[in-house]
This record gives sequence, structure tokens and C-alpha cells, in this order.
Amino acid sequence: MNLHELLDELFPDGHEVGCDDEVLVGSGRVKGREVAVIGTAGHAAIGIEIALNLAAAVLQVIESHPGRPILMLVDTQGQRLGRRDELLGINGYLAHLAKCLEMARQRGHRLISLVYAEAVSGGFLSFGMMADEIHTLQETQVRVMNLPAMARITKIPLERLEELSIDSPAFAPGIDNFFKLGGVESVWSTPLSEHLEAALTRKAGADTRSRLGLDRKGRVLAYPVARRVCTERV
Amino acid sequence: MTTTSCRTTGQSYYESNALKRITSLLDPGSFHEIIRPEEKISSPHLRILGQPCSFNDGIIVGAGRLAGKKVLIAGQEGGFMGGAVGEVHGAKLTGLLQRATEEGPDGVLLLLESGGVRLHEANAGLIAVSEIIRSVLAARVAGVPVIGLIGGVYGCFGGMGIVARCCNALIISEEGRMGLSGPEVIETTMGVEEFDASDRALVWRTVGGKHRYLIGEVQRLVDDDVAAFRAAAIELLNDPRPLSLEELQKEHGMLSDRLKSCGSAYDAIDIWHTMGIAEPETLPLLDTAAFHKAVQHVYRGAA
Repeated sequence: MNLHELLDELFPDGHEVGCDDEVLVGSGRVKGREVAVIGTAGHAAIGIEIALNLAAAVLQVIESHPGRPILMLVDTQGQRLGRRDELLGINGYLAHLAKCLEMARQRGHRLISLVYAEAVSGGFLSFGMMADEIHTLQETQVRVMNLPAMARITKIPLERLEELSIDSPAFAPGIDNFFKLGGVESVWSTPLSEHLEAALTRKAGADTRSRLGLDRKGRVLAYPVARRVCTERV
Repeated sequence: MTTTSCRTTGQSYYESNALKRITSLLDPGSFHEIIRPEEKISSPHLRILGQPCSFNDGIIVGAGRLAGKKVLIAGQEGGFMGGAVGEVHGAKLTGLLQRATEEGPDGVLLLLESGGVRLHEANAGLIAVSEIIRSVLAARVAGVPVIGLIGGVYGCFGGMGIVARCCNALIISEEGRMGLSGPEVIETTMGVEEFDASDRALVWRTVGGKHRYLIGEVQRLVDDDVAAFRAAAIELLNDPRPLSLEELQKEHGMLSDRLKSCGSAYDAIDIWHTMGIAEPETLPLLDTAAFHKAVQHVYRGAA
């Protein structure tokens, strides 16, 4: 599904979304409800310019359209790697983006992420993963690192990693793995507008991903360990 | 601006392990660890991969007092897998921050030392870092100041570099380094001509404490001395800044200005020169006190 088909599917009542330097900004309508759209395209590598433009779009929605839900369309190959981005403090730019999204949440904007192509590491962390709910389309890619690279770095043979990844969702790429770990809430199929509509009617709440990871048996320690640290008497 | 002069008698923050840092930062005898190592709650994923485990999964969390104030504290242990974040490690940090949101202590101290996501459990680690980011921001929204301290051997990189910049304020030493992709990662991926990770001077002036302080990424630059970190943390706890739209708009302006004025710079020296520092190439040689003196006329503060 290309971007235009995706937007038509999500917003049968119409949409106006522009793409400038891999950054998507605009809005669409679902069942008469206006939804802000902010995202990236072209497997964008998130560098400081894109991070700043995304943050500007979030601040713009907060200022001009109080409470309007935000659909975050995710397509990123990760953070941009380079000395110049590091020199200028790219981690601060990505943190700024995350903080702007948190501010939107605090001011009553629903944040829904949809991974429609690729979601990788730092680019995903500072944007898509900040949503109240994270969904993906089928046949998308979610990952930190592919197995050959992981084998090189960890010095564990590739064959061994492939074998272990059959039972463990903790390290191998794939939506199924992120689903089991609680990092992806659900996988959307057509008609997409119905999924979006349903997501918009739900209320934002606390971060429930560790609970999901426990229920789905992919991440069984995250929830109980966090709860214990949170509540144990000292 | 904070300068300290106890360099000769102090205890090195850089060379201390997480427990030593925690116990010497806090008021003596006040630290209580939550989930002690005897319980051996360690990473299930490392075990499956046949890798060595640590009984605290590379992080110590607990409660204590700082100058009498009630604080929660976490220390990442660089000595175990470079402080990398896995499922349990991340859950301990997230749990501590959730506790801060519920309990409302006077502050949270995060002793950050991490290369980011632990690749052996990369998916679980990435989600864990995301949960940490959300819980830092939730604590700030609840009015609890979160102070990050950076001065360890492994610096603060990857997703933890994002976590750091989500804090209210950061304290760093000259030896401290902070960024997103570490120099080795950039060299391996993009080539040595992009970033020569073996060029220590280049590494330090690109991601080191002095540069981070100068461009407004951290609030305090201190000597590599636990007492200096402690003094700065006490000061910053007294000056909490809640997350507000106005602050974010201000930060947006500052980050936009930096991109505009320094976006074409190739080296930190160019940026320092643009800032109006007369002999920028001498900055890396100065001790902290002399450095503060040399830059005070151009320093514009942190966002």
C-alpha cells in the first residue's frame, strides 16, 4: 500500500496531508472527526532537522487545535548516524520531540501510532513509541538490529541466534516479536478507518506495555519487577 | 554556574562503581536498596543466550537522602555490559520512576552510564527504554524533579542519551560523554573518515562534557569528583522546573537557533569560535575552574 492509498483507506471522508523532506503534516477526517496527521516517509533516517520539524508540527497542533487527536504515521530506518548530528546534540533534539508529544498527551490529545512501513531503534523511540497506542500494518518491519549484525557484535553464531529466535521474541526483528513483548498493541487490516475510529474512542491511560508483555508471555519480568520497585516498603 | 576546587582530595566519579557513587553521593548511611542482589533477579534473555548474568542486571535502585531531602536514586553499572538496558534493568528504572510519580519525593537522581539498548535482548531493551522515557516525563509532570548525572567510563549513549535529555537537569564532568550514536558505532557503520573513534581528542570535544555544557545541553559542568556532583545535585534539587508548554517552546527556539547558527559547523572548535570564544582550541586543555572563567562571557545557559 503506498502512502496515498494508505491515507485514502484511513480517511474515507477526505484528507490533506503534505510531505516535505520526508516529513508528513496535515489532517484527515474520520466519521466527521478531524484528526491531525504527523509522520515520516521514505524510510526516513531521523536527524536533527526531521526531529525539529516533527516537534514543530506537534507544537503547532497543541497551539492551534487544542485536544485534536494525532495520528502518527511511522516509517523510519532509525536515527541518522553521523558526526555532525552528534556534534549538535541529536539526542537533545529527539528528546525534545518526545517531550512535545508528552505535552500533547498531557493536554488531552490522543496519540495513535501506525507503523506503515518500517520502524527502527532511535527513530521509532523518540516518535512512534511515544503514542498511547502503537499499531502496525501487516507486512511492515519493526526491529532494532538484524540477526547477522547482532551475531557479529555479540559473537554468538548466526545459526544459534536463528534457532533461539524461534522461541524467544526478545531480539529478532519482526512485528510478531514486538507484539508478544507488548511493544505493538495490534496489527491493523482493512478497513483501516474502522480501526482508527475505534482507537480514537478509547481513552488515553498509563503506559500498559509491560502488562501486555506479561499477558502475552513475551516479557514476563518487566511488569512484576517494575511493580515491586514501585511499591516495596523501604 | 558551579565551580569546585576539591580536585586533589576528591573521590573520582569516573573510577567509582555504581554502588560507590550512590553511597558517597547520598547522606552517609541513608541508602536503602530495593531488590537486593542476593535475590538474583537477572536477565532471562542473557541466560538463554548462554551469556554471563549480573545479579542486579547492571543497575542499582533505591531510596535515600540528599542533604536531608528524600530522594530516589538509580545507578547504572558500566562494568556490566557497559550499562546496557535489558528487560530487567529497564524495569527497575521504570519502577523507580513510577514510584516517584506515586510517592512524590523531593527528587530522583539518575546516575546514567550506558551504551543504550542491550543488543542481546534488543527488542525488549528498546521497549524498556521507551518505558523509561515515558516514566521520566510522567514523574516530571507529577512535579518531581529528575536530575541526571553523567561522568562514567562508558558515557551515556543510545536511547539513554534521549532519556538524559528528558530529565529536568543534567550534571556532567569533563570526562562525561553524552550523545545518541557512539563514536565506535558511527565509525563502524559510516567509516573512519566520518568519525575516527580512536581520536580521543576529537571524541571528547564532540560528545564530551565541556562541549555539551557550552551548547546548552547540560546545566552543570563539574570536576570528576563525587563531592562536586553532590553539591551540584543539591543545588539543582532546589530549582525544579516542571515540564510546561512554555519551556518546550523556549527549548524549540533554542534548538532551532543552534541549528541555524551552527548547522554547518564541522568541528566543535568551529562552534566555540562562532560563540565568540577567543582561543577555542585551548578549551580542552583547561581545568574546570579555568574553563568556566574562559567561557563565562559567552555562556548562555541551558534549555
